This record gives sequence, structure tokens and C-alpha cells, in this order.
Amino acid sequence: MIGRLWAIAYSTFREAVRDRVLYNLIVFALLIVGAALLVGQISIGIERLVLVNLGLTSISLFGIVIAIFIGIGLVSKEIEKRTLYTVLAARPVRRWEFIIGKFLGLVGTLTVNAFFMSAGFFAALLYLTHRFQRADADLLVAIYFILLQFVLITSLALFFSTFSSPLLSAVFAFSLFVIGTFADDMRGFAKLTEGGTKWVMTGMSYLVPNFSSLNVISQVAHSVPVPGHLVLLNTLYVLAYAVAVNCAAVLVFEKRNLK
Amino acid sequence: MTALVQTRKFHAQVISRAGQKAHLAGMKVGTIAYNHDELTMPAIETFALAKHYNIGFWRKRRKDALKSLTLTVEEGEVFGYLGPNGAGKTTTLRLLMGLVYPSAGSARILGKALDDPAMKAQIGFLPEQPYFYDHLTPKELLTYYAQLSGVPGKDRARKVDASLARVGMSESAGIQMRKFSKGMLQRVGIAQAIVHDPKLIFLDEPMSGLDPVGRREVRDLIQSLHEEGKTIFFSTHILSDAETVCDRVAVLNKGELRGVGVVADLVSEVSGQVEFVWTGAAATAEIAALGGKTHEASETFRTILTQEATDRAIDAIRGAGGKLISVTPVRATLEDYFLSKLGAGDRDSQNMQEVTR
Ligand SMILES: Nc1ncnc2c1ncn2[C@@H]1O[C@H](COP(=O)(O)OP(=O)(O)OP(=O)(O)O)[C@@H](O)[C@H]1O
Ligand SMILES: [Mg+2]
Repeated sequence: MIGRLWAIAYSTFREAVRDRVLYNLIVFALLIVGAALLVGQISIGIERLVLVNLGLTSISLFGIVIAIFIGIGLVSKEIEKRTLYTVLAARPVRRWEFIIGKFLGLVGTLTVNAFFMSAGFFAALLYLTHRFQRADADLLVAIYFILLQFVLITSLALFFSTFSSPLLSAVFAFSLFVIGTFADDMRGFAKLTEGGTKWVMTGMSYLVPNFSSLNVISQVAHSVPVPGHLVLLNTLYVLAYAVAVNCAAVLVFEKRNLK
Repeated sequence: MTALVQTRKFHAQVISRAGQKAHLAGMKVGTIAYNHDELTMPAIETFALAKHYNIGFWRKRRKDALKSLTLTVEEGEVFGYLGPNGAGKTTTLRLLMGLVYPSAGSARILGKALDDPAMKAQIGFLPEQPYFYDHLTPKELLTYYAQLSGVPGKDRARKVDASLARVGMSESAGIQMRKFSKGMLQRVGIAQAIVHDPKLIFLDEPMSGLDPVGRREVRDLIQSLHEEGKTIFFSTHILSDAETVCDRVAVLNKGELRGVGVVADLVSEVSGQVEFVWTGAAATAEIAALGGKTHEASETFRTILTQEATDRAIDAIRGAGGKLISVTPVRATLEDYFLSKLGAGDRDSQNMQEVTR
């Protein structure tokens, strides 16, 4: 089972690489180098703030976009092109293994991608500030949270991909991402309302993927430390959410006629 | 080991012939008694397997793609699954492969449920018009599939190379498949169906998309897999392909099974005619009296009559002063059988044309 999951995950990764997904790294590199050179010239004091904001936001957005673009086709494209036939029909591969393998493969791809971007980002930071400081450790936490965001968005895109077309899946996944970035605001808004509305709003705010709690970029840019319990809570939250969404994806996919 | 395989094949054949006679006599194949020991376990069994689709967006109409199929394929057989376009061949294979779920009925492969992973490791499948990850090379693809099928790491490279060689794709093994022709994809499709050395192989129209040489190679390949003791179930609408390699065939039309049997038996069942060739005298009137028509070509006469008329025809020709050259039973082709099963001359004629093409 582990062998098959690994094989499916690796093939997903390889397909992404062959589809030239990693080329985004070039764009990222140009962006970060350009930014570092530019900020280095104009100001003193806020270089770190600017670079951290720009670098981490790019790492996050690049990854989210890739996750949605690849995720929405992970299952539906394979059904449509019938590449799935030779994978699932006469091999001891269970349908859930296919889903989980795909999920791990895409999360792996995004992690590798984020790793290279982070390396570039830290190099640029070192170039600007000449040495790392204590607060830079929190940047790693911010990057970890970005990876958690990838886990969330991948599971959602994959879920939609099990029953709808790539275009619709993209719309669904992207909408949820946007709504999710305002999850905390929704929660705050719910507190201000009364009765039925309050219940609905609170329920909604917990149901949508909470991307806002996973975004600590401006915080770490201002060298405000991230509390340890947030790391723990966010990890548990994302784990629970991803497990639930993946289970839903498996349930839907198990029932489907692959024609 | 070889001896075992031999007895097993022999056994399977005896049983399958017996079973097939019983079927022709009107019995349901599923109810044929076979010894339920290891040796004679059927490779494929379906019990009233059915699938319907609901088509139409607003007003759902029911489309029966497969109606209550009961069929048994024995181990070691090459089984041809014949039918015109839209007969339900692909639907049957998708059902057996667990890609779509039956609307009714059930099936077992190698005695196991359709989703049993241990069974799945022992079967291979070539889909209709196969399509693969086109960013991969055949070698990468087959390595991936071998891995999924549980071929141990140390055997993988060898088995991949061997199966690619078997379908004549060794030279293109390192080229990305986006550059492949239809026939090349078909070959890769066959290679992936046998890479893990399965006991039972399902092929959906294995010869489609291939040139005449390719078709013969596939036929030879099926033959050699058969000699290795493997069971092969393949669909086709090209009768000559089926006729040359199949132990038994089933004929399907509009989702219904129209007949199952050994090719030779099916064929003799249909014909029952004899061809007479003679010289000397035309004997037109005598032949006409027997219900035949005499054809002449360069002073040689020829006619076709029913089996029962043989003796009287010989007497008639001799009596008229003719000199017999040959009297041969007309060997019906599978095509004749096929046409007779599809109900000659009626509204199926459109289908038949595609079939006999
Ligand atoms: N997904 C589907 N939705 C609706 N109808 C379908 C579907 N798949 C197959 N059918 C119908 O079921 C019938 C049988 O189709 P099937 O593909 O099994 O035929 P076939 O024997 O393989 O034909 P061919 O020789 O053309 O490959 C056809 O009438 C087809 O229209
Ligand atoms: Mg078909």
C-alpha cells in the first residue's frame, strides 16, 4: 500500500515537473532578486519589512495558484482522458489509494516548490540584511503555515475534481480560498449579530477553510513572534480539515462510474 | 509444472466443450455443473449482469447497455466476445474491471469479487482506444504500472523490457508518448496489460488501429499467451480475427447474448450445405428439381445444395452424363453465424454492414 501511494504520488510530482510547473521558480527568482536590488537602493530600515511581505506573499500565492491549477484536474482530467482505466482497472490499486496518492503528490510538489522559493527568499534576505537575526526564525513558522495552506487548498481542489469539471472546480476552490481569507472577519462579524443570523454566520465561519489564521506574514514582517499554541492549533485544524475533505473526496470517488 | 498446466488445459477444454453443448441445448451457462475444485475454477463468471444508463438531460430515458448477461469463461481459454458497434462489449469489460458498477447481477473473476486486490494483481486489461500519460515514455509508464501491480523492484526493469519487446516497441521505449501514433499507443496498451505477467488478460478490441502486419502480430501474441496457459478474453467486431484464435466465442447484440460456443460447432450449425463441381453435362433441369441453380464457367458446372440432397444430386448429375469433380461441404464462416444470430435482413442490417465490413 505504501509502495502504491508512493508510486502514485511520485507520478503526480513527475507530471507536474514535466508540465513545466517548476518554471514558476524562475519568475519568483526574478521577482525576488529585482525586489532585493530595488529595496536595497532606496531605503534603510524597512528593507526587511518589504522583502518579507513580498517574498512570503509570493511564496503563498504562487503555491495557491499552482495548487488550484493542478488540483482541479487531478481526478477529472484522468477520468476524461481515461488514463485512469489502466491505473485502476486491472491493478491492485484501491480508489482511495489513488485519491490519497494524488493528494500527497501535489502537496509534495508544492512543498518542493516552496522549498526552492524559500531558499531564494532567505538568500535575498541575507543579501539585504547581511546577517540573520533572532526574529528570522519566525519566518520559518510563517512558511510552515503557508505549507498548511497548501494542504487545505489541495484537498479542496482535489475534492471538487472528483465530481465536477476543471473550470467549475477552479471557481469553487478559488471562491473558498477568497472567503477563507476572511474567515476571521466573518467570525468577528458573527459576534456582532443576533439570533439566527449569528448561528448561521458562526457555523459558516467554521465551515469555510480558515486561511486567515494561517496568514501571519505581516506579523512576522514586523518581527512580532508567533505564539506556540497557534502553531499547534493550526496544525491540528488543518489536519482535521484535510482529513475530512479527503474522506469526502474518497466517498464521492468510490461511488462514481468511471465511463 | 508443465505437466500440470497441460492437464489443466485439457481439463478446462473438456469441461468448456461440455458446458458449451449444454448451452446450445438451451441451458443457462451459469447452471452448468463443474467440479468446484481449484483446477477447474472458472476464470470469469457473470450472473445476470446488467447495466443501464439514464440518458437525456431533462427527460431521462433508460438505455440498456447490457441486459442480464450470464456467461462463464474457463481458465486457459481464448474467449472471443463478438458484437457489432454498440452491442455492449465495452460496457461488459468496464463492469468486469470495476470501472462502472452493475445495475443488477454480479460477477466473479478468478473466483473473487470484482474489487479484490489479490485478484486484480493477476489480471491485465487493455481498454478501448487506450490513452496514457503522454509526458511519459513507454518505459517509464510500464515501470510505474509494474510498481502499482506489485512487481518487485528487482524484476521490474526486466519485465518492462520483455513486454515492450513482445509488442515490438523496444526501439520507441524511450520516446515520450505524446509523439506516438494510434498503432503505437495500441501496442503500449497491450504491453501494459501483460507487464506484470497476469493469469487472465482482458483486451477490448486489441487489433483496432493496427495495420495488417500488426494485426497478425497481435494474433500471434494472443496465441503465444494462450500457449503459456493464460486465459484471454477479448472483444472484437472483426470476425476473422476471432475465428483464427478463439477456443470459444460469445455473440452479443444490443446488450443481449445471442449465442456462445466453440467456433467449429457454431459454424457447422449454420451451414449444412454442400458444393458440387462437375463437367460433361449441365444437368440444369435435374438440379433445379432439387432446388438448386447451376452455374457454368469454362465448361465446368457448379451448384450448392443442402446436405440432405447430396445422394440424390450425385445420382442426378451422373444420370445426366456429368462427371463429378468434387463434392465439398460448404464451410460456413463465423460471419455467417454472426449474421444468422443478428437476425438476417431485418432492421439490424445497418449494424451488419459495419460488422461485415
Ligand atoms: N456512459 C454512457 N452513457 C450512456 N450510454 C452509454 C454509455 N456507455 C455506453 N452507452 C451505451 O451502451 C451501449 C453499448 O455500448 P458499448 O460501448 O458497450 O458498445 P460496444 O459493444 O463496445 O461497441 P463498439 O464496438 O462500438 O466499441 C451503446 O448503445 C452506448 O450508447
Ligand atoms: Mg467497445
